[in-house]
Amino acid sequence: MRYIKGEAFKYLCMAATVIALMLLALLMWDAWDKGAGWLSLKFLNSFPSRFPEQAGIKSALWGSIWLMILTAIISIPLGVGAAIYLEEYARRTWLTRIIEINISNLAGVPSIVYGILGLALFVRGLMLGRSLLAGALTMALLILPIIIISSQEAIRAVPKSIREASYALGSTKWQTVRHHVLPAALPGILTGNILSLSRAMGEAAPLIMIGALTFIAFTPAGPFDPFTALPIQIFNWASRPKAEFQFLAAAGILVLLALLLAMNAAAIIIRNKYQRYIKW
Amino acid sequence: MTEAIHTTNLNAWYGKTHALKNIDMTVENNKITAIIGPSGCGKSTFIRCLNRMNDLIDGFSTEGEILIRGKDIKDTDPVALRKKIGMVFQKPNPFPKSIYENIAYGPRIHGINKRELDSIVESSLKKAALWNEVKDRLNDNAMELSGGQQQRLCIARALAVGPEIILFDEPCSALDPISASKIEDLMIDLKEKYTIVIVTHNMQQAARVSDSTAFFLMGEMIEFGDTKQIFKKPREKSTEDYITGRFG
Ligand SMILES: Nc1ncnc2c1ncn2[C@@H]1O[C@H](COP(=O)(O)OP(=O)(O)OP(=O)(O)O)[C@@H](O)[C@H]1O
Ligand SMILES: [Mg+2]
Repeated sequence: MRYIKGEAFKYLCMAATVIALMLLALLMWDAWDKGAGWLSLKFLNSFPSRFPEQAGIKSALWGSIWLMILTAIISIPLGVGAAIYLEEYARRTWLTRIIEINISNLAGVPSIVYGILGLALFVRGLMLGRSLLAGALTMALLILPIIIISSQEAIRAVPKSIREASYALGSTKWQTVRHHVLPAALPGILTGNILSLSRAMGEAAPLIMIGALTFIAFTPAGPFDPFTALPIQIFNWASRPKAEFQFLAAAGILVLLALLLAMNAAAIIIRNKYQRYIKW
Repeated sequence: MTEAIHTTNLNAWYGKTHALKNIDMTVENNKITAIIGPSGCGKSTFIRCLNRMNDLIDGFSTEGEILIRGKDIKDTDPVALRKKIGMVFQKPNPFPKSIYENIAYGPRIHGINKRELDSIVESSLKKAALWNEVKDRLNDNAMELSGGQQQRLCIARALAVGPEIILFDEPCSALDPISASKIEDLMIDLKEKYTIVIVTHNMQQAARVSDSTAFFLMGEMIEFGDTKQIFKKPREKSTEDYITGRFG
C-alpha cells in the first residue's frame, strides 16, 4: 500500500510537470504562430506608428535596455552591499532577524505597490517626472529584496573553513571578505542578479503606474528622458482592436522572450563555468 | 622565558553552555603539547581561545587570563595575534587558488615585498616537506592535491607568515596512515623552531609526538603533565580509563 501511494504520487507530480510544460509550449507556439511573420530587422529598427505595417519596437527595445542598465547600476551595489553586511558583519540579534524577515516579505509584495511607491517617491517627491531614472529607481526597489536574498544565499554557501583559513593567517575581516568570500560567492551572486534583472525586464505594472509613455518616437539619450519599455509596448498593442496590432504584440513578445532567454542562459553559463573550479 | 602560553582560570561559554572550566595550563617553548579527551570536552574550544578564533562566534565569551610570552592576549589585536599563532585545521582547507597563491597570500597581506615571495614560498614548502612533490606545478590549483598534500600545504601556508606558535586541531584525522605519519615527522622537525599545541583523538599519536599531555573531560582539565608520566602512570582514574580505551 505504501508502495502504491509512493508510485501514485510520483505519477501525479509527473503529470503536473507535463501540464505546466505543455501550457508553456502552447503559449510560445501561439506567440510564434502570430508574431514570427512580423519579425524583421525593420521591426526592430522602427518607431511605433498608427500604421501596423510601419510600426516597430525600437524605442521600447532601447528603453528596456537603458532601464536594465540603470536598474543594475542602482540595485546591484546596494543589494550586494546589504547582503555582505547582513552575512559577514551584522551580529545575529533580534534586530537583524526582523530586518531579514522584512526583506523576505518585501520580495513578496506585488509589483504594482512598488509602482505606487515609485510614483509618490521618485516621480513626484524627487520630481524626476516620467523619466528613465524614475523607472530604474522603482525597478531597483522592486528587485532589491531578491538581489539581497540571492546574494546572501551565495555568500552563506561559502564554507566556514575558508573564512577560518583566512582569519588564521591574520587577515582582517575586510581582507577575508574581499579576497576569499566574495570571489567564491561571485558566480552565485551574478546568477541571482541576472535572474532578478530579467524579472525587472518583464514587469509592466510598476512602469504603467509611474506613467511610462506608450507612444515614444525616439530612443532615450539620457537618464532624464521619458521612455517606454517592451512590456508596455506589448500591452499597448495587445489592447488595440485591429488584428494586425495583435500580431505586432506577439512579435514584441518574441523579442522580449529572446532577451529573457539570453539573460537566463548567461546566468546558467556563468554558474556552470565556475562550478567546475570550485568544489569544496 | 620558557613559557610560550600560560592560562590562568580560563573559562569559556557559548551562550550559556559552559565549555571550559578554570583551565590553568602552561605550554613551554619548543615543545609539543598534546590535548586529549573525549569528543565535546572542549579541546577545540581551548586552542581556539589561544588565537582568539572563537571571538568570531556570536555569543562566545571568556573569563580569565591568557598570556602569550607574558603578554595578555586581550591587549593584543586579534589580527596581529593570529599572525604570531598559526593554526592548522582538522579538514584540510586550502584556498581554491594555485599552490603558489595559497602560500603567498599570508605574507602578501602582511606587506611582504613581491621579490621576497618566491623564496618564502619555496622555504615554507620545504619546511612542510612538500616542495619536492609540487615544485614543478606551483601554478596548479591546490584543490587538485591529495588530502595529505593539502594538509601539508596548509601547514606550509601557516609557516609562511612566520608564526612562533602553531596550533593543530586534529590535523591527521582526515588522512590515511602514511600521510598522517608524514605529518607527525614534520611536527617533530618543526618543534626546533616553533612551539606546537596539538589536539588529537589518537592516543598513539599523542604518545609518539608530544612532550606534555593534557587530559580534558567535560570542560575541565583533569590532568596535565609529562607525556610519559600521563601514559605510564596517570594520577587520575578517569585519565587511565580514557587512555586505556575504557570510555570515550
Ligand atoms: N559554535 C558553537 N556553538 C555552541 N556550542 C559549541 C560550539 N562549538 C562547540 N560547542 C560546544 O562546546 C563544547 C566543547 O566543544 P569542542 O568543540 O571544544 O569539543 P572538542 O573537545 O573539540 O570535541 P571533538 O573532539 O568532537 O572535536 C561542546 O559541548 C560543544 O557542543
Ligand atoms: Mg574539536
